[in-house]
Amino acid sequence: MSTAITEKRPSTLRGASLPKWSPYAIAAGSVALGLGISAAAGLDSSIQWVLIAGLLFVLGTYAIAARVEGRRQAKDRVATALVWVAFLLAVVPLVSLVWSTVSRGVKVLDIYFLTHSMGLVADSEPGGGIYHAIIGSLEQVGLATLIAAPIGVLTAIYLVEYGRGKLAKAVTFFVDVMTGIPSIVAGLFILSIMLMFDMQPFGFAGSLALAILMMPVVVRSTEEMLKLVPNELREASLALGIPKWRTILKVVIPTSLGGITTGIMLAIARIAGETAPVLLLVWGNSLINSNPFEGAQQSLPLYIYQQYANSAGSGAAYDRAWAASLTLIAFVMILNLVARGIARWKAPKTGR
Amino acid sequence: MDTTQITDAPPPTPQPTVAEQKRAARGATRPGDRIFLGLSRGSGILLLVIMAAIAGFLTYRASIAISKDDANFFTTFEWNTQLIPPKFGIAVLVFGTIVSSIIAMAIAVPIAVAIALFLTHYAPRRLSGPIAYVIDLLAAVPSIVYGLWGALILVPHMNGLYGWLDDYLGWTGIFTWQGGAPRSMLTVGILLAIMILPIITNVSREVFRQAPQMIEEAALALGATRWEVIRMAVIPFGRSGVISASMLGLGRALGETMAVATVLSPTFDIQASLLDPGGGTFAQNIASKFGEASETGRDALIASGLVLFVITLLVNGAARMIIARRKEYSGANA
Amino acid sequence: MAKRIDVSGLTAYYGSHKAIEDISMTVEPRSVTAFIGPSGCGKSTFLRTLNRMHEVTSGGRVEGKVLLDDEDLYGQGIDPVSVRREVGMVFQRPNPFPTMSIFDNVAAGLRLNGSYKKSELSEVVEKSLKGANLWNEVKDRLNKPGSGLSGGQQQRLCIARAIAVEPKVLLMDEPCSALDPISTLAIEDLIGELKERFTIVIVTHNMQQAARVSDRTAFFNLAAVGQPGKLIEIDETERIFSNPSVQATEDYISGRFG
Repeated sequence: MSTAITEKRPSTLRGASLPKWSPYAIAAGSVALGLGISAAAGLDSSIQWVLIAGLLFVLGTYAIAARVEGRRQAKDRVATALVWVAFLLAVVPLVSLVWSTVSRGVKVLDIYFLTHSMGLVADSEPGGGIYHAIIGSLEQVGLATLIAAPIGVLTAIYLVEYGRGKLAKAVTFFVDVMTGIPSIVAGLFILSIMLMFDMQPFGFAGSLALAILMMPVVVRSTEEMLKLVPNELREASLALGIPKWRTILKVVIPTSLGGITTGIMLAIARIAGETAPVLLLVWGNSLINSNPFEGAQQSLPLYIYQQYANSAGSGAAYDRAWAASLTLIAFVMILNLVARGIARWKAPKTGR
Repeated sequence: MDTTQITDAPPPTPQPTVAEQKRAARGATRPGDRIFLGLSRGSGILLLVIMAAIAGFLTYRASIAISKDDANFFTTFEWNTQLIPPKFGIAVLVFGTIVSSIIAMAIAVPIAVAIALFLTHYAPRRLSGPIAYVIDLLAAVPSIVYGLWGALILVPHMNGLYGWLDDYLGWTGIFTWQGGAPRSMLTVGILLAIMILPIITNVSREVFRQAPQMIEEAALALGATRWEVIRMAVIPFGRSGVISASMLGLGRALGETMAVATVLSPTFDIQASLLDPGGGTFAQNIASKFGEASETGRDALIASGLVLFVITLLVNGAARMIIARRKEYSGANA
Repeated sequence: MAKRIDVSGLTAYYGSHKAIEDISMTVEPRSVTAFIGPSGCGKSTFLRTLNRMHEVTSGGRVEGKVLLDDEDLYGQGIDPVSVRREVGMVFQRPNPFPTMSIFDNVAAGLRLNGSYKKSELSEVVEKSLKGANLWNEVKDRLNKPGSGLSGGQQQRLCIARAIAVEPKVLLMDEPCSALDPISTLAIEDLIGELKERFTIVIVTHNMQQAARVSDRTAFFNLAAVGQPGKLIEIDETERIFSNPSVQATEDYISGRFG
């Protein structure tokens, strides 16, 4: 019986196999064929030939490999092909996003653009800038950080250093829940309070909503950082008779300061791009209003939305929207890169 | 990446209990300790209060709106808050939110899983590090930028695809196209898929990376091809992680506002075809109706926001529970 | 069906680091060959070059020849997947597929290689489990997960899984180092039985074990940490342990280093 079974296997180690260059050849062939078909049929969108080429690549790989190498190898090759195609399919839109933002953004992005408000420039006309939006964004995000960072860090300290029992469990659970709140719901919450007191939109209201979105992110990242601080450090300090609160302030926090800073910066980067709550609570303003506690303000993401939505297809407005997007992305990316740099540089020795 | 993993673990005891008892005996009287404990515990309590306040205030305003509503809030297909008495309901929004999220998930999950496998098992190591880093950064791109790109770049590119779908799949009924601008649910779903791709990829990648090396070697030593190794030794470990990653992505897609608001050309009815403009989602409806809404109108929008809040809570809660259960499972095998 | 292994001039690298250098030896069919030597001497690395598992680790590459009955494993057009089917492997820590039942674990290799009838599979599973001296302990719970077994049973399950595909050679990488003495004894007995059918190569840290189970023993050593490991000598086990020809072997065996 067993001999019968072993006979099903190839008796040799040598299997017919495709040459190493074959995936590249099949890929090149598929792309050429995809382009050919779309040119012949007069297809007008690049999405189409990309899809045709991807499909041809996967099917071609299977057909050729199944013929030469057998079914198992063909399956393996199709899996590889699919994984590559998926990767490339995902890269195309992401590259397009970055490319269009940069190439269209640089058109009007200059010092004038950064240092002037829209003033009385009509949405459909060229001119104007984002100075008022930058001021608004900085103030709103700054105030949100001032609220959320201390609360978030203190909550994390409570969970890691003191937290036991039901309260800590409840806080942990609701921090998880809070991370999932859609930003527009946070906006609606502040709005419902404002409605109660019949308040008009102002910058600080947006800050409050942003703070709600920021808190759970800060708690999570700080918690992780505090947990990386080795217990020996705490014990050593406590054993010297240093009170716990001073131990936390003088030993635990300084040790994890780099990581905590990173977490806060990443959280700032996240809320800086939030549009929905600002739309509900701050309204937007084409003039400079540097007082976040009174009157409508502008913010960068909201500016992008309004340039897009309120301009009825004016090219000048779109240009400004792209330029503002480029500014916003640059801000967020710089925050991210600096934060990650700090994390790498200040990583505790016990870290991964 | 997966921040929840750490929280679900049993809390590490930061100090020996003996020392703690001693400290507790003296520490309770030390003002510095009392103030500091009070501050940090107070912050934790404040978070709970905020959550309670969100639920409370939204429910309160929503109840005002629903009591004025002359139609059934859950089954009505119109949104007329100006009428006296006002008539509005969320049926269209429920439909639009679910449809756009399903499209997004159907596209994003397989691609994200494939990319995660690509990064952990296929890409040369020199390539996978930088790519993972770039994906991390892409998760940080603000949604309004995705929205702008979607409306100005993606939409014009969709015409060809729409024509195809209409030609070849039009008979299904859901892919008929009357030639309007492709600002419809399908485009919204595709854009949402692009947006949630990074988060699903990141979490899945983390899960696949944790698949035990020695099990993979066992499969290899039996003469498994790379794909068979993944099927035998990687996917069984990653399955629940991928599910929870997808739920986190779903939570995002459900609540996404600006990208939908910029791309969709909304109407307050339900389209059978995914290619014809129309429909709406909770978040998009709030953003686009808010500007002109009266007080009743705003309360009605808050009521719809409450429903969105509850839905996202359920989805995220389910994701957390799956992650927690997976911990126990993998712990048993460790 | 057991096959002879002929290694000549084999050098293996991790990236730019040379792990073992210029190793040549012959492993006789239907015998047990033991590899001994201090930690880091490259004996496990060498073992993994014999079924092309070394190249799975990133940066792993190999120069030289490994002939399996006159066919070079590293020759042109050789499929590493087929090599691993012919040369089975048992690892240091038992690694049954945790999501599969005992039955499915043993059948896993067969299922990869084609479709079999349920009755064929059952027959092979029973035969393999009997061959691994595990049948009597698990025959009533074939559908239970393999991870529920004890460490020694899991290791024998892994051996059953490896022999189910009828390899020509069985490589064992310190198969007992994670096991208790009684389980170790069970595995050693099993090795004695398996050598009737397979060519067996076993890496071990335990010199008594090498003396007990092997027919021939190879001693590996390295000049210094960071230097590549080399084969010092290979001979009948009896001679290695009683009268080795190299001084370093005697020093190692008498416990003077390592």
